[in-house]
Amino acid sequence: MTTLRLEKLAHSYKANPAGPQDYALKEINQIWQTGGAYALLGPSGCGKTTLLNILSGLVTPSQGRVYFDDRDVTELPTEKRNIAQVFQFPVIYDTMTVRENLAFPLKNRGMDATFIKTRVDEIASLLDLTRDLDRRAKGLTADAKQKISLGRGLVRPDVAAVLFDEPLTVIDPQLKWELRSKLKEIHRKLAVTMIYVTHDQTEALTFADKVVVMSEGEVVQIGTPEELFEKPAHRFVGHFIGSPGMNFLPCVIEGTKAQIGQFAVELSAAYAATAQANIEMGIRPDFVTLSAPGKGFPIQIDRIDDLGRNRIAHVRLAGHKLAVTVPPSLDTSRSEMTIAFESSRIGIFADGKRLEPQSRGGA
Amino acid sequence: MKPYNNRAWFLVLPVFLIVAFSAILPLMTVVNYSVQDTFGNNEFFWNGIGWFKELLDPKSELGGRFIDAMGRNFIFSFLILAIEIPLGIAVALAMPRQGIGVSISLVLLALPLLIPWNVVGTIWQVFGRADIGLMGWALTGMGIDYNYVSGVLAAWITIIMMDVWHWTSLVVLLCYAGLRAIPDAYYQAARIDGASRWAIFRAIQLPKMNRVLVIAVLLRFMDSFMIYTEPFVVTGGGPGNATTFISIDLVKIALGQFDLGKAAALSLVYNLIILTVCWVFYTIMTHFENAERRMQS
Repeated sequence: MTTLRLEKLAHSYKANPAGPQDYALKEINQIWQTGGAYALLGPSGCGKTTLLNILSGLVTPSQGRVYFDDRDVTELPTEKRNIAQVFQFPVIYDTMTVRENLAFPLKNRGMDATFIKTRVDEIASLLDLTRDLDRRAKGLTADAKQKISLGRGLVRPDVAAVLFDEPLTVIDPQLKWELRSKLKEIHRKLAVTMIYVTHDQTEALTFADKVVVMSEGEVVQIGTPEELFEKPAHRFVGHFIGSPGMNFLPCVIEGTKAQIGQFAVELSAAYAATAQANIEMGIRPDFVTLSAPGKGFPIQIDRIDDLGRNRIAHVRLAGHKLAVTVPPSLDTSRSEMTIAFESSRIGIFADGKRLEPQSRGGA
Repeated sequence: MKPYNNRAWFLVLPVFLIVAFSAILPLMTVVNYSVQDTFGNNEFFWNGIGWFKELLDPKSELGGRFIDAMGRNFIFSFLILAIEIPLGIAVALAMPRQGIGVSISLVLLALPLLIPWNVVGTIWQVFGRADIGLMGWALTGMGIDYNYVSGVLAAWITIIMMDVWHWTSLVVLLCYAGLRAIPDAYYQAARIDGASRWAIFRAIQLPKMNRVLVIAVLLRFMDSFMIYTEPFVVTGGGPGNATTFISIDLVKIALGQFDLGKAAALSLVYNLIILTVCWVFYTIMTHFENAERRMQS
């Protein structure tokens, strides 16, 4: 079993990168544990697929090393690594049956026929493909084809990690949930490391134990879904995760108070914020509530979105836009509404990066 | 309310007229000739299906000629397909996938296709001559008895090499287009699955080229079965009748002997053979795909 270690890894698709802007993947140092479910999350073009292809060996990085345990695999070809990959579009061998598809990687490695048979049956039952084993793979639905691609990876007894490159792109929405929970189930049954690339935060947060958020070729934060939600390390993470994303309000820090325009918001700790930096106060819409007049800061309501399960009000505080939660029973027809912040949930960001509180203090 | 009528059919009329003049009327003229005999002076006599009977009777003079020529045609087409299809696939596989090499090889491959048939014939006729042709001179110089004018084998080798030179490019271009349409993920998946070069070919490339290969086989069969100009220029059907294909014999009968009735009957049968063989090819080659579709629905 493997830990996956990335050392000073970076990649540029250009032969002579002139500066950081030429790097599809900027230098990263990471250690990933065996058996974990990781998600690489980020918008298109953030370098997540590049990173995945480096891990699988389809791309050789322009600098840095990749280690599986203590084995340097940086230069090792794909077929020599203990990894499997599931692609965005299902890759199946058209002329073969499902059984032949699943047996293909084992056959290529010259394994014993009886072993192949038991192994294929085992994986097929794990993936609920037993019924279709002797059908042509070509005629099956997209989700069954993706399961076959996954099965071709899992069938190899030496596979330590399975890489997924946005595997649910072509799957019908109602089947996405099903397939994703199947993946989780398989992850629990087999102690395989799974690395899942996606730009869909729901997919990432529900699938992974640890989410690696990437932006513009950089790893911005690694954390559990809760950490990303509650303590985003970067403005980008706050924006990208959660819908709507985190509110950011420019402010001035004075001890345990954040001054937003003429309003002073109570914080749960003091921050050492320098005056030069661009200081912002970040808070999730979930922790700002709309309330009746007289209880908090006065705001103007722009509009209220009814999302079914809850309502989100888009309001303005001292000219700054933010999204806030509307409590279920609140009557929003009145004009002079106010908002209240949950001070323990407020984060302070300097130039986009989260500041650690200096000391416990204040109210 | 607009009246309901069938006046839209008038829109088809121009097409109908063009097809009539370009295809149906000339074909009917041939049908007309095929049931008559002529001794010149534009005088015709009714002969019924006499020519067809004679044509299909190997013991008659016409029938014997026809069966022999048809045999040569089938051997020729078979050899052409057996060489050009695998060779075309091999060349397409070896072609570069990106960079300047792509344009260079495409242009080089397209060159033979752009040369008129009779020029191709002339090129090879000269190329194979022992006195002034490079190939003929080189082979003779090596002590090989090569003379396409007198040797049957040499004549056959020459016209087959000529056709391979002229038309393999077409197969290559079709296969190359088919190969280029395969997404990269397939190759990446195959690498991860540890597939050998041969396994990649069998499992991915050949199945994905299936459709273009059907087209390539059909085109090359039709074309090679109708071959006329190149062997006519190089060997003129000789030595003896060794390279006399149906088309060459047809021209001899129609224009050399001016036997319009025989020639017309022969044309029609020739046409039917090509249609039938193409239909059989097409049915066989698309059979599996259809069977699969039926299974799914």
